[in-house]
Amino acid sequence: MRKRAMWILLGSLGLLHLAIIFAGFLAPYDPAAQNREFPYAAPSRLDFVGGNRPHFRPFVCVPELSDEHCVQYPMHFFVHGSEYRILGLLRSNLHLFGVEEPGRVFLLGTDSFGRDEFSRLVYGGQISLAAGLVATFLALLAATVIGILSGYYGGWMDESLMGWAELFLALPWLYFLLVIRALLPLHASPPATFLLLTAVIGVIGWARPARLIRGIVLSARSREYVTAARGFGGSDFYLLRRHVLPQTLGVLLTQAALLVPQYVAAEVTLSFFGLGVSEPMPSWGNMMSVLQQYGVLVSYSWLLAPAIALVVTSVMYWLLADTIRYWIQSQ
Amino acid sequence: MKPAGRLALVVCLFAVTCFAGAPVPATTSPNEDLEQLAAVTGHYGGRLVIGEKAEPKTLNPVTATDAVSREVIGRINADLIEINRASQQTEPALAKSWKVSKDGRTFTLHLRKGIRFSDGHPFDADDVLFSFAVYLDEAIGSPQRDLLIIDGKAPAITKLDQNTVQFVLPRPYAAAERLFDGFAMLPKHVLETPYREGKFDQVWALNTPADQVVGLGPFRVKQYVPGQRLIVERNPYYWKVDHENQRLPYLDELAFLFVGAEDSQVMRFEAGETDVISRMGVENYSLLQRDASRLGVQLADLGPSLEYNFLVFNLNDLSGKKLDGVARKQAWFGNLKFRQAVSMAVDRESLVKLVYGARGTALWGNVGPGNQRWVNTAIPHPQKSLETARQLLKSAGFAWNNSGQLVDASGAPVEFTIISSSSNAQRMKMATLVQDDLSHLGMQVHVVPLEFRAMLDRIFQSFDYDAAIMGLGGGDADPNPEMNVWLSNGSSHLWHLGESQAATQWENEIDRLMQQQMVTLDYQKRKQLYDRVQQMIAENLPFIFLATPDVLVGAKTQVGNFHPAVLDPYTLWNADELYIRGTEKAAIR
Repeated sequence: MRKRAMWILLGSLGLLHLAIIFAGFLAPYDPAAQNREFPYAAPSRLDFVGGNRPHFRPFVCVPELSDEHCVQYPMHFFVHGSEYRILGLLRSNLHLFGVEEPGRVFLLGTDSFGRDEFSRLVYGGQISLAAGLVATFLALLAATVIGILSGYYGGWMDESLMGWAELFLALPWLYFLLVIRALLPLHASPPATFLLLTAVIGVIGWARPARLIRGIVLSARSREYVTAARGFGGSDFYLLRRHVLPQTLGVLLTQAALLVPQYVAAEVTLSFFGLGVSEPMPSWGNMMSVLQQYGVLVSYSWLLAPAIALVVTSVMYWLLADTIRYWIQSQ
Repeated sequence: MKPAGRLALVVCLFAVTCFAGAPVPATTSPNEDLEQLAAVTGHYGGRLVIGEKAEPKTLNPVTATDAVSREVIGRINADLIEINRASQQTEPALAKSWKVSKDGRTFTLHLRKGIRFSDGHPFDADDVLFSFAVYLDEAIGSPQRDLLIIDGKAPAITKLDQNTVQFVLPRPYAAAERLFDGFAMLPKHVLETPYREGKFDQVWALNTPADQVVGLGPFRVKQYVPGQRLIVERNPYYWKVDHENQRLPYLDELAFLFVGAEDSQVMRFEAGETDVISRMGVENYSLLQRDASRLGVQLADLGPSLEYNFLVFNLNDLSGKKLDGVARKQAWFGNLKFRQAVSMAVDRESLVKLVYGARGTALWGNVGPGNQRWVNTAIPHPQKSLETARQLLKSAGFAWNNSGQLVDASGAPVEFTIISSSSNAQRMKMATLVQDDLSHLGMQVHVVPLEFRAMLDRIFQSFDYDAAIMGLGGGDADPNPEMNVWLSNGSSHLWHLGESQAATQWENEIDRLMQQQMVTLDYQKRKQLYDRVQQMIAENLPFIFLATPDVLVGAKTQVGNFHPAVLDPYTLWNADELYIRGTEKAAIR
């Protein structure tokens, strides 16, 4: 049952990430395209009735600027629109859905510049989720190396490395991030900003998993089979690769599932305060920064879409972590 | 006294203290030279509560610099001549009349007789002389001192008699009357001793006992609770009366609550905890407008403010600074056609609509329509035209590469950064809109939000920036407060700071015109000079002017005589006339 739940969660997360990778296909518009005549537009109304009869194809109701009536535009699928790149390599201009000009379809409304929230949400997920995944990879890589060295060799190495771990755990990470960001160049290109951001988040987050891995390595190295293998002439590298590292796999997987949402939230936090990727590139954080204004927060609820996406993603990862932990314990 | 009697006495004293009403206005006497506000009616009673974004730092009018302190100080002090915020004209205050000599240098002010400070002590010319001695004392370092120094000299101030004071300026100064607004008259009988002892900068801190803070304003300090509120109560000796000769103010008390930023102020206002809200953004205004009748509030859009928001390019002299990247870009920024192209590409209509919710006005100059007395209406307002912008860039030697990027004559892509204050959501929005507009010309613009002080440091100190979006103005309608912006050696000559003399011919001409208008007493002639200044600014574009917001304020419908104005303090400038409807019989609400 738990194993099935794990696969379902993995599948769901896989679909989520696939959707983010193919953001350009899913999004009807360029995330930076401004529709200045539609600031803070509410989500488009989809009608399935047109000409007094039902249709399978939905219609989008676009309000007329001059009066309260709306004009119905049929939604089309697999349409050609603005150009985008998949994974930065493949060019395409095929979109899942769209409407003919001058109609507009805003599934999740627009922001203050009239930019489509749905398009920005899927594109923004690329930045936020990728930051979480890359930062997690970096943190766990550092944690694994440090945890293994510390736990396997012990002595002065263990003391000094764990001392550093305690220091990093004691740091108020948000202020540390703010200081580091403030020291960076005034403007860096979006890829450079993204890499710097993920590196910073990853560098800060290695300490806790490193301590966990150290504990497992400490336990594993004193096992009888490891002692026996050493007695038969096994090198340190062989022992680590064959006997110790596999013991850490469960912890690594669980930590990965826990850290990804944490680091996604870290990127969102930085961008929320204007310290992450800059306009007009969307990330879930900078999409929500406008919600710091009370009037906007209480008036335009659709702008909370990135928060909902963050919550859903985080919950899925936490459930996955829970499931993995249970599965490992049952092995 | 028996214990029961002592207890009864304590209880009675406690009750009196708790439930004592505000000071009753002193009976007017024929010996007092009171100012009658013939058009003002109202009734006594009530407390008006207003939210402030921070605590005041001091109650000392000579040393205060922050806006909140000055707002409180303005309610407990008075000036010789004041600017009526509604008409934007000067009016008699503590000086009931004045004469100006033909050469415009000598001002003879006749003080109102029989006026008393809030502790009952008489006010006369000695207090005026003392006040200006303190303001002009270099050791005190009042920020207002510079306003009194003309051509490096202070005015000569003499007492002609107990109610007459004469000011002789080093040379004629067109806005001399307006100078008096903001110089609170100080009580010599209270402050002379600490002044002589060299302790003036310590007087009237927030923890000063209320009865020691003495002024001539409509209110006097009653209570200060750190971190929460400051309450001022009616000054029983205030020198203004209404049309029925009732001594003002009508309000028993005015309470300043320290609530924090604008959003917190709006929430408190919505909840009914405050009675007035002064200047809010359009999102909050729209939010309140939707529920105005349910909340029982009156909202006012006062029209364009006097501030102006603009894009400024870094044209500072960078020799000696290791800013090669910025220096290279100055070749673009310094080209007038480049700046003109940028100006032509900006969609100001959209900017006003999206940033200010259409509650704003596009600008092409430094004086907007909110300043009716000084605006030059002949300045052209060219609408956005990408075609014109492209032609300007072509004629300036720019071109477009195969990717559509704008490149300069050497083939380098035109790419630069705009910085703005991260705490100012409206200017950040402007930056994003300008970024999008300029992308249609092939310019790659990056928007970088910075903490406010960090931004000021780059603009005023390090010069490490390409372009910035900022705002200035709003202090007064008169051109003279803008001197430090438009004079080449001015401290706010943002695009090129630290000039000892004008770097260009047009800046030289502006220097000459601004100096000339400063000493021209005739309004029409002065207007012509300042019109020419505005025209030259609009032609040479040291700033790409963007827009100005409307002044948006609100108050509960029970607040009577609520006549907000576009000049600061927007809602409390006539605090002495405000009253609360429905409190005719209540002493304190």
